[in-house]
Amino acid sequence: MSNSLDQSSPMEFAEATQWQLMWRRFKKHKVALLSLYIVLLFYVVAAFSEFFQTYDPEETSRRDVFHPPQMIRLFEVNDAGNRQFRPHVLGMNLERDPITLASNYAVDPEERIYVTLFGRSDPYLLLGFIPMERRLIAAVDSDEKFFLFGADRLGRDMWSRTIAGTRVSMSIGLVGVALSLFLGTLIGGMAGYLGGWVDAVSTRAIELILSMPTIPIWLGLSATIPPNIDPLLRYFAITIILSLIGWTELARVVRGRFLALRTEDFVTAARLDGASPKRVIFRHMMPSLVSHIIASVSLAIPAMILAETSLSFLGLGLQQPTISWGVLLQESQNIRSIAQAPWLFVPGAFVMLVVLALNFLGDGLRDAADPYSQHSI
Amino acid sequence: MTTNQPILEVKDLVTAFQTRHGDFNAVDNVSLSLTPGKLMCLVGESGSGKSVLSRSILQLVDKPGKIVSGEILLHDAHPAASSDKVETLDLAALNPRGSVMRNIRGRDIAMIFQEPMSSLSPVHKIGNQIAESAMLHEGISKSQAMERAVDMLRQVEISNPEKAVNQYPFEFSGGMRQRAMIAMALVCSPKILIADEPTTALDVTIQAEILDLLQNLKQTHNMAIMFITHDMGVVAEIADDVAVMKNGKIVEVGGVRDIFSNPNHGYTKSLLRAAQDTQKPSDRRIEIRRARPLGDPILSAKSIGKEFLSSHGFLGLKKETFVAVDDASFELREGESLGVVGESGSGKTTLARCIQRIHGIDRGELHYRNRAGVETELSRLRDKELQPTWREIRTVFQDPFASLNPRMTVSQIISEPLLLNGMTSKRQRRDRVEELLDLVGLPVESMERFPHAFSGGQRQRISIARAIAPEPRVLIADEATSALDVSIRVQIMDLLLELQHKLNISYIFISHDVGLVRFFCDRVMVMYKGKIVEAGDTESVCTDPEHPYTKALLSAVPITDPSERGTKVRHRYVADLSDVSANGSV
Repeated sequence: MSNSLDQSSPMEFAEATQWQLMWRRFKKHKVALLSLYIVLLFYVVAAFSEFFQTYDPEETSRRDVFHPPQMIRLFEVNDAGNRQFRPHVLGMNLERDPITLASNYAVDPEERIYVTLFGRSDPYLLLGFIPMERRLIAAVDSDEKFFLFGADRLGRDMWSRTIAGTRVSMSIGLVGVALSLFLGTLIGGMAGYLGGWVDAVSTRAIELILSMPTIPIWLGLSATIPPNIDPLLRYFAITIILSLIGWTELARVVRGRFLALRTEDFVTAARLDGASPKRVIFRHMMPSLVSHIIASVSLAIPAMILAETSLSFLGLGLQQPTISWGVLLQESQNIRSIAQAPWLFVPGAFVMLVVLALNFLGDGLRDAADPYSQHSI
Repeated sequence: MTTNQPILEVKDLVTAFQTRHGDFNAVDNVSLSLTPGKLMCLVGESGSGKSVLSRSILQLVDKPGKIVSGEILLHDAHPAASSDKVETLDLAALNPRGSVMRNIRGRDIAMIFQEPMSSLSPVHKIGNQIAESAMLHEGISKSQAMERAVDMLRQVEISNPEKAVNQYPFEFSGGMRQRAMIAMALVCSPKILIADEPTTALDVTIQAEILDLLQNLKQTHNMAIMFITHDMGVVAEIADDVAVMKNGKIVEVGGVRDIFSNPNHGYTKSLLRAAQDTQKPSDRRIEIRRARPLGDPILSAKSIGKEFLSSHGFLGLKKETFVAVDDASFELREGESLGVVGESGSGKTTLARCIQRIHGIDRGELHYRNRAGVETELSRLRDKELQPTWREIRTVFQDPFASLNPRMTVSQIISEPLLLNGMTSKRQRRDRVEELLDLVGLPVESMERFPHAFSGGQRQRISIARAIAPEPRVLIADEATSALDVSIRVQIMDLLLELQHKLNISYIFISHDVGLVRFFCDRVMVMYKGKIVEAGDTESVCTDPEHPYTKALLSAVPITDPSERGTKVRHRYVADLSDVSANGSV
């Protein structure tokens, strides 16, 4: 890494834009770079989630209630005694304990379900309008079923459900933050640039909102959503509720940056050059702010994701048939799931992974955003 | 007393900073020695390694810096606390965090820093801060140490020291804090005092007092002082010996009179020339005036005033204001350079911002006669109505790092005023930017670069190019050269003079440096606490000041000639003793 930096001539450095300098600094932050890849991967999965699912997430199967996860084995020993590459999972048979009548799955080493990349599956619509018949991982014999993350109490495939939940959970972060960002930059920007009573009123409002305990407010607001409302409408109602509180943090950041920048000599110079207030804000101040805003946005998304997860977990956020990680975790609210089907917690691991990755990414961006930090470039 | 025996000898010292491109020797093979009762001045420009050298002696170099080789011999060192045993030690060989080094710091070698605001702890009383070092190093009791603190404060001429020991740093003015710092440094009677630019952050009148104080203490305590500065005037005023540093090396050492009368190294000569040039009127300016006499007044201020709200009071009921500019009247003629001098807080910058109409004007009138001869009253106009005037009155800001947008290229920065004033053709703008860069002495290749690629002096040239882009008639230079090194300062001043010659610009030149104003300005206004106390031709004000404050200010300016040392009578302006009034004892 440092090698490639050393090779860059002084000329290149002199003509590097702030974005290029920022990217160079960001690249040095290895954890943040890894997090960036993880986050990007999650958004790709969220966008094309149908393709990454193995089955329809709504498809129930009475024979596969609480089916345990199966691991893909890449090699098998064939009849001639040679190892050969044939990815497969071992089949499992349901057995009932004759005394306690408890159901148990036993591995059957003889029964192999072969899987393949880009295998044929039931027809589905990618993104809701592109008809497709192939999925990333599918059984060679499309009648056979396999469960990478196990199955839930209705025999639905947890892998497919978790992947399907990615779309809602990841997008609710983006949509909610987009709304927060709009409110936050508008209100924070006006407060910071105009000052005076606008600043006083909005700052007091922000303080008031921040002083309210968030969980009860969310609970109260989401309780007002009618229970039989269309799932899509409910989704938007929840994002609005989340961003009603989420904008305050962003507004504070933006206001602070505006206040600091407003008195900078280069902003005064722009005013004297004859730039209108609009031009001063968008041409001269905004470019210095964008990187900071991106950094605080990437720190706000995980908060949104966590908020949605908590609300849905408590049963007041999104509801069946919408699938989100929070909704999936609702299934793991009882002792039975801990004892019998611990794989129902898998969506929780996804939440943690995404939140951690986004936080590291945000930290890395924030460190890289400051053009005159002490780091050498 | 064997005064000729050195107390500290630095031999072939190398202090290096590790970088990706290999070691960078900030101090490169330096040898020098300090003698008791002598003051050695270390001069050089920023980045020459002065501070690193002084910090190396105390083993205070920040990482990744490290002493690589060489010796620092301290004679009569006290290696153990509370003991009078002395021996000769090589400080370079000691562990920077070891107890021996800790015992030497403060007791044998003390240091004072540039920034008196940040080198005292804000949450501890002055007395305790001074007493602490005595208690640590000499193991005396608290009451003894406090007595010592009172005594030290008396020695550094703080009035009413019994009261001052119980005060906090925020109750002290800048000059008093620097005195308290000196008291703290001297409490264990160190044999060596290292002063790193101790007066740079202070006003010139206070600087003169601190220099006097150090001079006295040097004699009474028979101390060796190492005084770091970039100001040749200060050197001429106080030094016994001078060491000139450049790029980590000492290029010349000698007695102060020898160095000033007979400098050997080219760098010393250029430093001296830069310093002495700005002590007298610029020949070039006089030449320009002879070729083109001053024109009619174009800008006139009639008793303008500006107040700032300093406190809203409870619910905005009891508003308190601070008068930053009070009843200022002046005229600026075409092609003239008008200087404004005063110390920090005197309202110079506020006045500049009022004239530029960055701030509103609360009282009075400001008339401007534009190129077409139409006179406008500016004090009540709004931003939109000011646009045509803003094309003709422009400002160059003080800090070259804050005044250029880091996200724009040089060509974007310079063409911004052109674009906004209706030059819409891209080609035309490009040609004009090239022309402007050429005018301020920067290569055309600079166009596509960003400000971070330029040094302070180059950035100031970019700033000037932006300011003169719309062909202004008045240019306000607000401390435009004070952030720059001496040699670069002279270049920028010459550039401004050339621009005046070519473009017939009038300057309002704001500075705290009387020498620069004398060099550059035809007339000067002296500001004190928001008021213009004296105005007139620069030469007559400088040679025959009328107002007592002007006298005090001029007598405090160090003269760059050691042979004239002590010939000047120092005036003190009584109302200026804010040190005393802040103390509450008057």
